Amino acid sequence: MKIKSVNDFVIKFANVNGSGSASANQMFAKGVFRSGIPVSPKNIFPSNIQGLPTWFEVRVNENGYLGRREGIDLFVAMNPQSYQKDVEELKEGGYLIYDSSWKRDFGREDINILEIPLTKLCVQEFTNPKQRLLFKNLGYVGLLASILEMDKEIYISLIEEQFKGKEKLIEPNVKALNIGYNYAEENFKDYCDIKVNKSNKTDGLILTSGNDAAGLGCVYGGATVCAWYPITPSTSLAESYSKYSEKMRVEIGTEKNKFAFIQAEDELAAMGMTIGANWNGARAFTATSGPGVSLMSEFIGLAYFAEVPTVLFNVQRGGPSTGMPTRTQQSDILCSAYASHGDTKHILLIPSDPKECFDFAVEAFDLADRLQTPVIVLLDLDLGMNDWSTKEFEWDDNNQYDRGKVLSKEDLDGIEKFGRYLDVDGDGIPYRTYPGTHPEKGAYFTRGTSHDEYAGYTEDGVKNAEMLTRLVKKFQTASSLVPSPVFNQEKSTSSMGIIYFGSTDCSMQEALDVLDQQNLNIDAMRIRAFPFNLEVWEFIEDHDLLFIVEQNRDGQMRTLIMAEGGIIPDKLVSILCFDGQPITAEHITNKINAHISGKPALVAS
Amino acid sequence: MTYIVKPKNHHPLLEKNELGLTRRDYEGAVSTLCAGCGHDSISSAIVEACFQLSIESYKVAKLSGIGCSSKAPAYFLNQSHGFNSVHGRMPSIATGAAMANHELLYLGISGDGDSASIGIGQFIHCARRQLNMTYIVENNGTYGLTKGQFSATNDLESKSKYGDDNLFPSIDLPSMAIQLGASFVARSFSGDKEQLVPLLKAALSHKGFSFLDIISPCVTFNNHNSSTKSYDYIREHNDALSRPDFVPSGKEILTDYPKGSTVDVPLHDGSLLSLEKISENYDPADKIKAIQNIQESQRDGKVLTGLLYADPEAKDLKEILNVSDKPLNEMNLNDLCPGSEKLKDINSGLK
Repeated sequence: MKIKSVNDFVIKFANVNGSGSASANQMFAKGVFRSGIPVSPKNIFPSNIQGLPTWFEVRVNENGYLGRREGIDLFVAMNPQSYQKDVEELKEGGYLIYDSSWKRDFGREDINILEIPLTKLCVQEFTNPKQRLLFKNLGYVGLLASILEMDKEIYISLIEEQFKGKEKLIEPNVKALNIGYNYAEENFKDYCDIKVNKSNKTDGLILTSGNDAAGLGCVYGGATVCAWYPITPSTSLAESYSKYSEKMRVEIGTEKNKFAFIQAEDELAAMGMTIGANWNGARAFTATSGPGVSLMSEFIGLAYFAEVPTVLFNVQRGGPSTGMPTRTQQSDILCSAYASHGDTKHILLIPSDPKECFDFAVEAFDLADRLQTPVIVLLDLDLGMNDWSTKEFEWDDNNQYDRGKVLSKEDLDGIEKFGRYLDVDGDGIPYRTYPGTHPEKGAYFTRGTSHDEYAGYTEDGVKNAEMLTRLVKKFQTASSLVPSPVFNQEKSTSSMGIIYFGSTDCSMQEALDVLDQQNLNIDAMRIRAFPFNLEVWEFIEDHDLLFIVEQNRDGQMRTLIMAEGGIIPDKLVSILCFDGQPITAEHITNKINAHISGKPALVAS
Repeated sequence: MTYIVKPKNHHPLLEKNELGLTRRDYEGAVSTLCAGCGHDSISSAIVEACFQLSIESYKVAKLSGIGCSSKAPAYFLNQSHGFNSVHGRMPSIATGAAMANHELLYLGISGDGDSASIGIGQFIHCARRQLNMTYIVENNGTYGLTKGQFSATNDLESKSKYGDDNLFPSIDLPSMAIQLGASFVARSFSGDKEQLVPLLKAALSHKGFSFLDIISPCVTFNNHNSSTKSYDYIREHNDALSRPDFVPSGKEILTDYPKGSTVDVPLHDGSLLSLEKISENYDPADKIKAIQNIQESQRDGKVLTGLLYADPEAKDLKEILNVSDKPLNEMNLNDLCPGSEKLKDINSGLK
């Protein structure tokens, strides 16, 4: 039996970490994307530089279902360390491609095996030992192009683009591609029943990662200071900001930078620098992951209480503690929403794809300036580090930055007495001044200690309670400013609803279509921000039973909804996945069906 | 940190500086530190230095961490923005602030607990990055606000007020600062205004990381007979390298030190720190000798004070990072946003 499919399959690559496979696998995915079919490549890598097994999964789907899907149709097994486990994952009728320089019996009669002696072929064709190793990767890309009947020219142009400026490298790379391609043309002609047919389903789409998009969004959003400390999976976000800034933020003539990019000594310093720069009127941000958020928490509390705008990207990874640094989870919802000691609450923005990462990065700076408080943008490893087929970035040249309530020298001249923490407008948001604005007015002392409306230290408990209460009012104001939820229906028609957020979106769209085919009518809402705005509460009010789909163990979004809205726990059913792999549509539909049929599965994933 | 505002009335005959301001214009709120605290003397030396330099207060940002020392910024320069941050983290706040606007003068006030313990990492990296700021440690060898625990700058042979022995050797911040690349390093004593004010003026005029370790006795918890940071001990063991005089840019040098015994340190802004040499070994440009001098005097039970090291030509962080001369916080959308056309190019590159 052979699996038969056009433009709808999952291919997985198993490699040795550090062998240069990731860029070849990425190139394979990009070739499919350029053929007009949406792809979702996912790098499943170890916390290691060299030697451990690593995998790369690509879902190819013309309908645009890009969530992870269980069951592999095609397996490129290049790592003998993991052969046994890899071959088990292959579906019946699936195809196994392996390096037959060393022949193997895989003990499965129900799969189709394509043998290619890649090592032997590369040893014959190349003399440089490094090239002999590296070019095996392009060899299997060539083989795939042949058996899937793809346009080989697409890969040749990708190679040419990759080595632009290093033209010498084009020829050997194309040669490596051809080794695999020609071998397959001779040996596997019409063997494989999985095909890639050219389509136009990627019109208006780009292939990029959430971290890359968010870093670019920070450039467009006017961030001038990025202070950060390396941590997986957020590192590439800061690096994206630096890369785009170096290209687009250098003063013509002086060649000086219109940005400061500082690798801090730790996450505490990264957050301190971010707060210091924002306090002084620059737009500044930092990017980190769970352990970094723990370290930054004291400072987050200071920014909250002293009301300093701050933007933090938390690219979530598997926790707790050091956890699974290279796997995905949505398990920092509560520690982000309530970061720091004392009564604190923070704005959360939760994008679901790279396009929204770009948009929310821009919006985060406006919200932070407007609300004078930390704004935490929650990505996760899957969204941050993997490439997604996402809508093109858009920018309206009429956009303006909202710098919030900042008093100029002229404003101060017209004011009798400046009160840094006075609620002049009744929306809980006071006015601020930048240092150095006015010779005689507007100076104040920023502090984390209890203070009055004029920023003076006070130990008057009533005054302190007034300040804390005003911060609640400000948070209420925030709920009308943050992005509203996205609904999958124009009007609620079911008594059941699904609440989901972030990177779950792609699997959810597929799950909703499956449920629809099963004649299960369930409404759905994607939460995009905290504090929850009125529409979120109305949706919850309008449904008797709500499934809350989350990629963590404890149902943290469910807890947040219960805590903030006093919602009865019985009404909220958790659908959870926390094995470090992105949640699948099948997982969601199975759990919902099990609940509805009265057999709820207690243990998730 | 109580906040008592002083009355604004000035005596009409008070001396005025080039800006037409009196010393009173550089003061802050009434101090709530203990009577006789060395930190208050440092605050008044800062007032004096800023007055003499005719600094515009509103162009100064005062930054601090947590502790008695970190309260001090409330007690000088009323017209400056202040930032009393979290324990040991003043350097990172200063770094971010200075990146946002390099045109202000950044004055960081820290203590020995704040800088030698909880914040030692930030102190180290701030010095290493050559942040353009003046960093003062008001060093009393003790935790005052929590009532008298030893700090990491407390000397090994010293005893606490309650008779406990300090079991661990002290951390010498000036040696560290020199080694880390600070381009201006001095030590002084809160009770020696003659030395402290010129050093402060030079530190404030220096471009780069200026570090001042100021021994500042704690009258309540560390001013007893067996303390090595008491007024009496420091007065007896003070080993001054030089007697400094600060000459602002464009001013005639009026010091009357005998020729051959002075060392002049010309600063970036054209001003001059003129030093009467006391010690034979003294050369403020020699990093290695400076560290050696500190170590030797420590071995001999002395406290070496004065300008220890200076490199007026050193690059600061803004130059190292090649940051624009226009302050980043003054840039607007036109300066910063690449616009829709560029975004179209980026989109096509991601296909």
